[in-house]
Amino acid sequence: MNKKLICLILSLCMLLPLLAGCHGSRGLREFAVPEEFDTNRDYEITFWAKNDTNKTQTHIYQKAIAEFQALYPNIRVNLRLYTDYGKIYNDVITNISTNTTPNVCITYPDHIATYLTGTNVVAPLDELLDHPRYGLGGSDVRFTSPRSGEIIPSFLNECSFAGHCYALPFMRSTEACYINKTYVEAMGYTLPDTLTWDFVWEVADAATKKNADGTFAVNGQKVMIPFIYKSTDNMMIQLLRQSGGGYSNDQGEVLLFNDTTKELLYTIAKHVKKGSFSTFKISSYPANFLNAGQCIFAIDSTAGATWMGTHAPLSDISADKLVEFETSVMPIPQFDPDHPQMISQGPSVCVFNKGDPQEVLASWLFTQYLLTNDVQIAYSETEGYVPVTSMAQDSDEYIDYLSREGQDVAHYDVKIKAVKMLLANSDNTFVTPVYNGSASLRDAAGQLIENVTKSVRRKETVDDAYMDKLFADVTSLYRLDGAGRESISAEGAEDLGPLPGPSKALLLSLCAAWALIGAYTLRDAAKKRNKRV
Amino acid sequence: MKKFLAMLLTLCMVLAFAGCAQKAPEATEAPAQEATTETPAEETPAATEEDVKSEGVMTYAEYVAAELESQVTVETYVQAKQSWWEDKATVYSQDKDGAYFLYNMACSQEDYDKLVPGTKIKVTGYKSEWSGEIEIIDATFEIEGGSFIAVPFDATELLGKDELIDHQNQLVSFKGLTVEKVAYKNDQPGDDIYVTFGYNGASYDFCVESYLTGPDTEVYSTVGALEEGDVVDVEGFLYWYEGVNTHITAVTVAQ
Repeated sequence: MNKKLICLILSLCMLLPLLAGCHGSRGLREFAVPEEFDTNRDYEITFWAKNDTNKTQTHIYQKAIAEFQALYPNIRVNLRLYTDYGKIYNDVITNISTNTTPNVCITYPDHIATYLTGTNVVAPLDELLDHPRYGLGGSDVRFTSPRSGEIIPSFLNECSFAGHCYALPFMRSTEACYINKTYVEAMGYTLPDTLTWDFVWEVADAATKKNADGTFAVNGQKVMIPFIYKSTDNMMIQLLRQSGGGYSNDQGEVLLFNDTTKELLYTIAKHVKKGSFSTFKISSYPANFLNAGQCIFAIDSTAGATWMGTHAPLSDISADKLVEFETSVMPIPQFDPDHPQMISQGPSVCVFNKGDPQEVLASWLFTQYLLTNDVQIAYSETEGYVPVTSMAQDSDEYIDYLSREGQDVAHYDVKIKAVKMLLANSDNTFVTPVYNGSASLRDAAGQLIENVTKSVRRKETVDDAYMDKLFADVTSLYRLDGAGRESISAEGAEDLGPLPGPSKALLLSLCAAWALIGAYTLRDAAKKRNKRV
Repeated sequence: MKKFLAMLLTLCMVLAFAGCAQKAPEATEAPAQEATTETPAEETPAATEEDVKSEGVMTYAEYVAAELESQVTVETYVQAKQSWWEDKATVYSQDKDGAYFLYNMACSQEDYDKLVPGTKIKVTGYKSEWSGEIEIIDATFEIEGGSFIAVPFDATELLGKDELIDHQNQLVSFKGLTVEKVAYKNDQPGDDIYVTFGYNGASYDFCVESYLTGPDTEVYSTVGALEEGDVVDVEGFLYWYEGVNTHITAVTVAQ
């Protein structure tokens, strides 16, 4: 063999591994449930959780971990707490690229849909749920977990998309309207059985009336924002749902930018101009204004109930600013009182896939532990959450808890009223379609309200031309024109789009090099053949 | 020809290596800013030049007088940076007359790196109020020539007085405060630290804002180790949240 051929083979040997390496990681292998959980090994898993700036919730997580570790001494759970779902989402996205996702994570289905753009990033739970040994109520599970069917079916369904179940519900809540009933009645109004948008706007407008000295007639203070909405994402989504306007569909089509949305925004703009309405992002927490007697209708999650009312256990305002009033808790305003509709929300928990299936199984066991009665009931009692299992909801302990409304701080009346409101309306809740991009659409829905509210406060003109520009700007900002959206395949494969220019140049240069090498080799061989001849 | 082929192969290999380059993992948390104001007051440089406003730029007095929700344009100097995320920066800034809190100002990461303490910037945005904090939002900025580092204003005797709010967002100092309570947000070391100090029989809330001075800073560990009854001198930015809520940048425990 001549030297040149050896050189060529050696060069090829050098290049092949490089080229193969450049092929890039295709992600993790699909998770397969191990036949047996290896208890002779130690596992260390991370759990990223969210609390509502509520220390009791922190302690419940810590207690759950301690009790779980007592049952499984070979599994160590490290807790990392967040107070913001958005921050968890951002951190997970960042860590997907470095394969450093947590093992277990509190999250929302919208967010999971984005995580799924990586290959096998999130472990599908279908097989685990029904596994005879390690599934719900499985024979080898060392605690009493809910059996299949004991998770409230509608809650579990919210965690299924793209053909698989990707999470377990952890807690459920909705939004409530916390009302200063004292002020409503002082203005000569009576709260209806079902709150309507017309009623809220009418009372809110009336509450902007001022005294000669510039103070507001209803509270005698210099500040009054009659109606404050915490989550404008939810506000727009629910307004559209109730009014039959488009938002999105299961195919991931964006239907948000329509005439109904415009009309809703004009209505909001009209009341902003009167000083009747503002938002959390623009003014502050609804609870702060409500408790200071500076707001009449405060819409926030039922999971924020312990912050609402004169005697709220949690408060960010000083005691001297608190105003005494009676708090009513009602479902959000409706367009059709006979058919109320409200959003279902609340944290779910997903399990991230790892290279070691045993580690994933350990993570699943911990996830399952979060659905035990001890955790479910304790956590739900910290706020206006409801447990996600019938096992917990029907337990004597939980029924007793609900019966003690207003008895003490642990049974704060506003909190338990919020929970009862949700339990009474569980058939009236809905969720929006989940797909990669649905989280952005949600943000966009809220941004429309925020922008219109800001613009009116800044005395800008809000007309059709404004709306057209707003729709275009928000579409672009959240990449809702299709350019930035990716579909989720069953395998979770990511569509990377066309090759960038430099990559094309690299591939072409490689082809050219090999073509030249081939040509040179052939020419060399031909020369030798000629010499022999 | 042989040389050409060797060159081409080498180039291909180099390019292949470049193609294989992995993006450096990004931090999962916004990097905590160095405490930029821990320089002892006597070493603090004063304004390097006269702070004359450009045409069309408000004086601090005009900014104070401007209505909420109105558009404002100010020239100010970066004193500290709190955070950057998705092309938005939150910055503590001040000129010789007063301070401006710049919330979520449009800012590329490249520009954010240029915003070192003292940098002069021209900011256009909207004057707004959130829970009592007067700030400039929806702002854009451009970097200008000039530098100014604020000397902490001793606001100790203004605690509990209405005049304190006149210094909102400024770099201030408080002397001889007694620690009443120290608590991590959510009981989680690494998150914000809430501190209650006592002075002249009244209590005041302070905060170690973890985005401004995170767990890797001296002030964070010093405050975390404070005990009830400790007497301290404090520096920080006079932030507002439902009342004064100073963001601490430096703490000295009295001997």
